[in-house]
Amino acid sequence: MTLVQNFPFFCIILSMFSTIISFVLNGRAAKYVHVAMVTIVLVLSLATLSFVWGTGESYTFSMGHYPAPWGNEIRIGVLETLMAAFFALIMLLSVFGGMAHLDREIQNSKKNLFYILMDLLMASLLALVYTNGLFTAYVFIEINTIAACGLIMIKKQGRTYVSAVRYMVMSLVGSGLFLIGLTLLYSITGQLLMSPAKEALEEIIATNSYHVPLVIIMILITVGLGIKSGLYPFHTWIPDAYGYTTPAASAILSSLVSKGYIFLLIKIFYRVLDLESLISNHLINILFVFGIIGMIMGSLDAIRQNNIRRMTAFSSVAQIGYIYMGMGIGTTAGMVAAVFHLISHGATKSLLFISISGLTEVSEDRVDFHSLRGAGFRNKIAGVAYTVGAMSMIGIPLFAGFVSKYLFASAAMTAGHKTLVAWIVLAISTVLNTIYFMRTVLTIYHPVPKEERQPHGMMPSRIETAAAIGMIALNIGLGVASTPVIRAIETGLAMFG
Amino acid sequence: MGSFLTNYEEVAAVILFVIGMSNLLLQPNLMKKIIGLDVMDAAIYLFLASKGYIEGRTAPIYVDGIMDAEHYINPIPAGLVLTGIVVSVSVSALMMALTINLYREYHTLNLDEIMMKIGKEEE
Repeated sequence: MTLVQNFPFFCIILSMFSTIISFVLNGRAAKYVHVAMVTIVLVLSLATLSFVWGTGESYTFSMGHYPAPWGNEIRIGVLETLMAAFFALIMLLSVFGGMAHLDREIQNSKKNLFYILMDLLMASLLALVYTNGLFTAYVFIEINTIAACGLIMIKKQGRTYVSAVRYMVMSLVGSGLFLIGLTLLYSITGQLLMSPAKEALEEIIATNSYHVPLVIIMILITVGLGIKSGLYPFHTWIPDAYGYTTPAASAILSSLVSKGYIFLLIKIFYRVLDLESLISNHLINILFVFGIIGMIMGSLDAIRQNNIRRMTAFSSVAQIGYIYMGMGIGTTAGMVAAVFHLISHGATKSLLFISISGLTEVSEDRVDFHSLRGAGFRNKIAGVAYTVGAMSMIGIPLFAGFVSKYLFASAAMTAGHKTLVAWIVLAISTVLNTIYFMRTVLTIYHPVPKEERQPHGMMPSRIETAAAIGMIALNIGLGVASTPVIRAIETGLAMFG
Repeated sequence: MGSFLTNYEEVAAVILFVIGMSNLLLQPNLMKKIIGLDVMDAAIYLFLASKGYIEGRTAPIYVDGIMDAEHYINPIPAGLVLTGIVVSVSVSALMMALTINLYREYHTLNLDEIMMKIGKEEE
């Protein structure tokens, strides 16, 4: 085993270790530790990515001295390392983008707590991405939930506590359903690692026994992770959770936390539950239906909002719907589109939340559309950043969102009777996206008298500007040079099977 | 009907799970929500533990020289239950901390009343 193959394990341990030492550090030192840790994770993940890309096959790394059915292991392939690198990059940019805001919003004694939660979140996301064990996945789902709940209530105000309670209630129902699904799966397969569980399931499917438990397991696991990632009818916690916390936390919650669960679900579909039987059971069609309902309803809810942060949060509901629709198409092309949208939506939504904080800061911290008039003149970089994010969400060429919409549309082409539905809903949803995002862009560039064009309040710091420019570059980069990312996703999905 | 009687532990676990989950979702009182959460988690552990138990065998502790696996029950579900308990304890503790903070701020445990007070504040 070469040194590079140990890197994913180093990443997980490093992020856990920085969680622990941050408890005894002050806010400033914890910040440096966090930034250094995420940078190292990013570099190591990229190194592993290039290694796995070079060898062309995945490998497993056992986490003790016991072999497969007993010991725990992690599995490293192209898609896993790509996601790990992407998560680290978005986390780094979001923390830079929200740093100045954070210093003002959080009490000095609590600052290290924010970075502790971020470190913990990184550790659990990495473990969710890499793990090959189902019960390990459950434990890290809960750790992820706890860290996310801490991030929601980090501002320590009444409103954020209520958001946190709502988030916890929905999340705990989700993880309860996931755990009981896992228990049923264990009771019919006797395995907790993904690959042996899949082999046992294949035997069970071949003998045509346990048909009803199998369907129930699929429903429980899918619904459990669907609730946690904010699939449409279970999305009630999203606007509260994203709408009131500090901007860096909103960016990370919307672009990383829910994506981690979706990635785990895709992984379970491929590596445990056997996608073929999901398709033949027509369960995948249910995901498709929930996805398209979410695409429409999320956008309709977003149009009705008068609070720019809640509006952007509801737009996340619609975008999660896109991802599930892509998974529901039931072809490899659909899955590639879903994973690409996972990445492009993560890159775009974090940009939007960070730029919103820049816009509201120069508008006396108000979030309604009336007060935001002309905010784009008062904070130029945030205005540009928001416009780029909005155009990417709508799906204008050159931006990341266009590529994912193109991938969805072309994936739907071969989907039989789903083609027309998918195309019509894509068109309607694009129109709805345009309505609310263009309204916002027009509002922030609403002509205002000259004296109102001066910023009142804080000016963006250099580091925030750099983060915003980095995110804009990432969006345009994903839109212009999408081919290598798509190829990496295709290779990674092929390695799953 | 017969399979319901022989699998009575699993049936009880599923009923408890549903009771706990509906409490967690529907109760407006925060303490009752937490109790619902604990009932829900306990139901899963009952399910797991009953899956690991095999009639007429003993705990897998090696004392009287019997090496044969046929003599012992499956220890893995017990290990999973222990891990699960640790997770659910920490989650309940977090929920209770949230409840204390909400009570300090709004002087009530009822989530509906808290929402009403927030609605008034925002007006």
